[in-house]
Amino acid sequence: MTKLSYERPVITKLNTGTMNKFGTRTEYAPVTQIDGVPVKKLIADYGSPCFVISERTIRDTYKNAVRAFKSRYPKVQFAWSYKTNYLNAVCNVFHSEGSWAEVVSIFEYEKALKNGVPGTKIIFNGPDKTESDLRTAIENNSMIHIDHFDELYQLSEILQDSGKKARVAIRVNMDTGIYPMWDRFGFNYEDGSAWSAINKIFAHPEMDFVGLHCHIGTYMLTTNAYSVAAGKLCDLAFNIKQRYNKNIEYLDLGGGFASANTLKGSYLQGGDIIPSVDDYAEAITSTILNYGFKPDELPTLFLETGRALIDDAGYLLGSVIAIKRLSDGRRATIMNFGVNLLFTAFWYNHRISPAQEISAQTEDMVIYGPLCMNIDVVRENINLPLLNKGDNVVVHRVGAYNMTQWMQFIQMRPKVVMIGMDGTPHIIREHETLDTMLRYEKMPAHLKEFKL
Amino acid sequence: MKKRKITVGVTGLNNIDSPGPGIPVIRALKESELFDIRTIGLSYETLEPGLYMHDLVDKSYQIPNPSTGTSSLLQRLEYIHRQEKLDLIIPNFDAELHNFIKLAPQLKSDYNIATFLPTQKQFEARHKSVLYEFGEQNEVKVPFAKMIFSASEIYTLGEEITYPLVVKGKYYDASVAATPEQAVNYFHKISAKWGLPIIIQEFISGNEVNVTAIGDGKGNCVGAVPMRKLYITDKGKAWAGVALEDDKLIDIAKKVISNSKWRGGCELEFIKTKEGEYYLLEMNPRFPAWVYLAVGCGQNHPEALVRLALGEDVNPYESYEVGKMFIRYSFDQIVNMSEFEKISTFGEL
Amino acid sequence: MHINKNIAISETGFVFNPLTGDSFSTNQVGQEILRKLQGGTNQEELLKHLTEKFNIDKTTLEKDMTDFMLMLNSYQILMDDEKA
Repeated sequence: MTKLSYERPVITKLNTGTMNKFGTRTEYAPVTQIDGVPVKKLIADYGSPCFVISERTIRDTYKNAVRAFKSRYPKVQFAWSYKTNYLNAVCNVFHSEGSWAEVVSIFEYEKALKNGVPGTKIIFNGPDKTESDLRTAIENNSMIHIDHFDELYQLSEILQDSGKKARVAIRVNMDTGIYPMWDRFGFNYEDGSAWSAINKIFAHPEMDFVGLHCHIGTYMLTTNAYSVAAGKLCDLAFNIKQRYNKNIEYLDLGGGFASANTLKGSYLQGGDIIPSVDDYAEAITSTILNYGFKPDELPTLFLETGRALIDDAGYLLGSVIAIKRLSDGRRATIMNFGVNLLFTAFWYNHRISPAQEISAQTEDMVIYGPLCMNIDVVRENINLPLLNKGDNVVVHRVGAYNMTQWMQFIQMRPKVVMIGMDGTPHIIREHETLDTMLRYEKMPAHLKEFKL
Repeated sequence: MKKRKITVGVTGLNNIDSPGPGIPVIRALKESELFDIRTIGLSYETLEPGLYMHDLVDKSYQIPNPSTGTSSLLQRLEYIHRQEKLDLIIPNFDAELHNFIKLAPQLKSDYNIATFLPTQKQFEARHKSVLYEFGEQNEVKVPFAKMIFSASEIYTLGEEITYPLVVKGKYYDASVAATPEQAVNYFHKISAKWGLPIIIQEFISGNEVNVTAIGDGKGNCVGAVPMRKLYITDKGKAWAGVALEDDKLIDIAKKVISNSKWRGGCELEFIKTKEGEYYLLEMNPRFPAWVYLAVGCGQNHPEALVRLALGEDVNPYESYEVGKMFIRYSFDQIVNMSEFEKISTFGEL
Repeated sequence: MHINKNIAISETGFVFNPLTGDSFSTNQVGQEILRKLQGGTNQEELLKHLTEKFNIDKTTLEKDMTDFMLMLNSYQILMDDEKA
C-alpha cells in the first residue's frame, strides 16, 4: 500500500485574528527561481544564506527611471548613490548605463575612482570631508557639495594661494511640509542660511558655484514635497541669476524615492501606496519647467535616487534552522539569516516566500534570525505556509542598504551572487572566512600562550 | 416593466452596534424598482452578521484583509467573479477604498466589473489632515486646522487660533482644550496612541447635522438628504435620527459635491452654529450606515449609484419626504454552527 | 491524558469544542490524530498507525506530535487525567 503524503499536524483557532486566509495565496506562492535560475540550485552552488542580485532588474528599473525623467525634461543626469549598495559589480551596472557616482565618504570616493568613474563625474556629498579629502576632490575637479559653514571655511583656506579652483554646490534643507524635516544636513532655506552661504561662496572667486542640492528625506510617499523642494531650489537659482548674473549648471534633487517594501506600521502594502517614478518625475520636472527659466538656461537635473533603483533587484536566500513553540503558543521559525544580514528588517516588513511547493495550511509565526541576541527578529508576525527544518525561503526587495549596513556579528557574511543578463550567476563578493576576520587582528606577545 | 437582473458585490456586512453600511445599502438595492439584484456579500470576518442574513445577502465570500494588498484582493475577486459574474462592486469601508480605487480600472477592463468610486485625488483631498485646504478649494467653511509635530508648536500658534481649541489624532480621538497646558497634555495623550501628526482645530460650537449624498463625478449632486441625530450610542453612533428640511444645508452639500466633482456616495458631517453658519467637520468617502433613511424619504442613493456605475445618466433627485425618522435596533440571529463552519472552512456561505 | 469526548470533528477539518465554545481548523494528519485519540488509541499505537499510514519517519513524527499535543492541551481539547 502506498503511504499518504505527510504534512505536520496543525490546529488553528478560528476567528482569533483579523486575517483570513481566503484569497491570500499570492502572498504564499512559492518562488522557485530568480531570473530563470532555480533557487535550489543557487543554494546548492553558493550556500545558504546568500544574497542574489538580478542584473536584469537593475537595468530595467534604471532604464524606466531615466525614461520617466528624460521624456519630461531635456537635461537629466543620474548619479549612483554608493551608500545604498557599493558592491563594485552593482556600481558598474549603473555606470555602464550612464550613471555618475554620488559618494559621502572618501572610502566611497576612492571606490568610485577605482571603478573608473572620472573625478569630474563624482558628486561628493555628506558632512564628513577632511582636509585631505577636500584636496583630493579639488585635484580631481569633482563636485563638492558643502554641508556646513565649517566645511566652507576649510575649503576656502585650502584654496587660498593654491592657485586652484573648486567646483562647489551647497546642500539646502527646507520645510517641504513633511516630517521629520532633515535640517541636520546642509543650510536652511527658510532662515536665510542657504542664501548667506551662497553669498559667501560668491565672495570667493576660487570657488566656482555650479549647483544646488537638496535631499528632503527618505521613503517619501508624497510627490508634492518634491515640487516644493524643486520650487525652492529654483527660487535660489533665480536669485543667484539676479544678484550675480550667473546661470547655475545643475539642480540636484537628491533621492528618497520609495521602494515597494512595506514599512512597519503601514496598514496598506508598500507597493499599493508608493508613487511611481513617473509621479516623482512629473512633480519635479513640471515645477522646474514652469518656473520660467529661459530654454537655453535650464539647469541640468541631477538625481541620486538609490533605494528605488536597487531594492527590487536584491534577494536573500535562506533556510529554516528550526521551528519551535513560544510559551504563549505562538509558532516561532528560526532562519539562518537575521538582522546581521537584513538590517532593513528593523523598519520593513519584508515579504518572504517559500522556495518549494507548499501546503494549503498556513500558520501565524514570528521569524527569528540565528543570532543568540534578543534583537534578532526578522518578522514579528507573518502568516506563511507550514515550514519545516531545512526548507528554503526567499526574502524580497533587499537590494538597498543591506549589503552596506550588514554586520559581521556572530556570523560571517555570505556570498553575493549576481545573475547576469544571460542568466549566468557570478559571485560578486566571496563569503567571509575565519581568515578574513583574523587578518586584521594582532596578538600581543604576552597573550600568545596560555594554559587551561 | 421588467426589472433588469444584475449581480452586485457589497462589503461592510458588519451590522453590529456600530454598523457598517453594507446591509443598509443591500436593503436599498433589494428595494430597487429598476433592478432585480442578486447580492454577493464580501466579508473580512466570519462573524459579520450580514453573512447570515440570507433574505438580504444571497451568497457571501470572505475577502483578504486590505493590508494584504491589491494583488491578493484581485485574485480573490477574480475567483468570486468566476462563480458569480459580478456586474458591480460597492465597497463600504474607508480602509479598503484605497485598494478598490487602485483596482477599479483593471476590474472594469479585464472583468467588466463596474465600480463608482472617487478618484485617488478626491479620496485624499478630503482626508482629515487636509480638510481645511479642501474647504478653501471647494468654498465651504471648515474649522481652521493645522498639523503639528511637536508639542512646543502649541505655544507658537499665536494669532492663528484661539482657545478653546480641539486637539485631534490622525485617525481617531479628539479633545477640547481650554488652555495651552491642556492642549499639550492632550497632544501627548493622543500622539502616544495614534502617533504624529496631531491636528489642532478651531473649536466650533453648535449642533451636528449630517448629509448623505451622491455625486456623478461630473459636478452634479444626484441626491442629498440631511439628518440630525436624535440619540447617540456611547460610541457616538446614531441610534435614531430625523430627516431635516434645510435648503441652506442642501445647497452647501451640493456645492461641495459639485465643486469637488465628487464621484460616488459620501457622508458630509457639519456643525451648525447658533448664527446659522455651517462648518464641514468631515467628509466620509462612502455611504453612511444611515443611508437607508434616504430611501425611506424617497431617494434611493444606492440604486442611483448602480445606475451611474453602469454608465447611465441619472436625473438628480429634487425632493424628499421630510419628517421621516430612523430608529436602529439590534437583533439576535440564531445561526447553526454548520453555517459558521462553512464560512470559516471554505470562505463561502 | 484523554480527549474531551464531546469534541466535534467534521470532514472539513472543522473542530468545535463545546466545553469552551472555541472552534478550530485542522489538517488531515491533525484530524487523524484527533479521531484516533477519541477512539481511545494510546500514544504508542498512534505513532505506529501514523507511520504506517503516512510517509513519515518516526523521529519527525514524534517531534511534530509533541508540538501538536501541546497545542491540544493549551486549547483544552486534551485534558490531563488527574484534573479530569
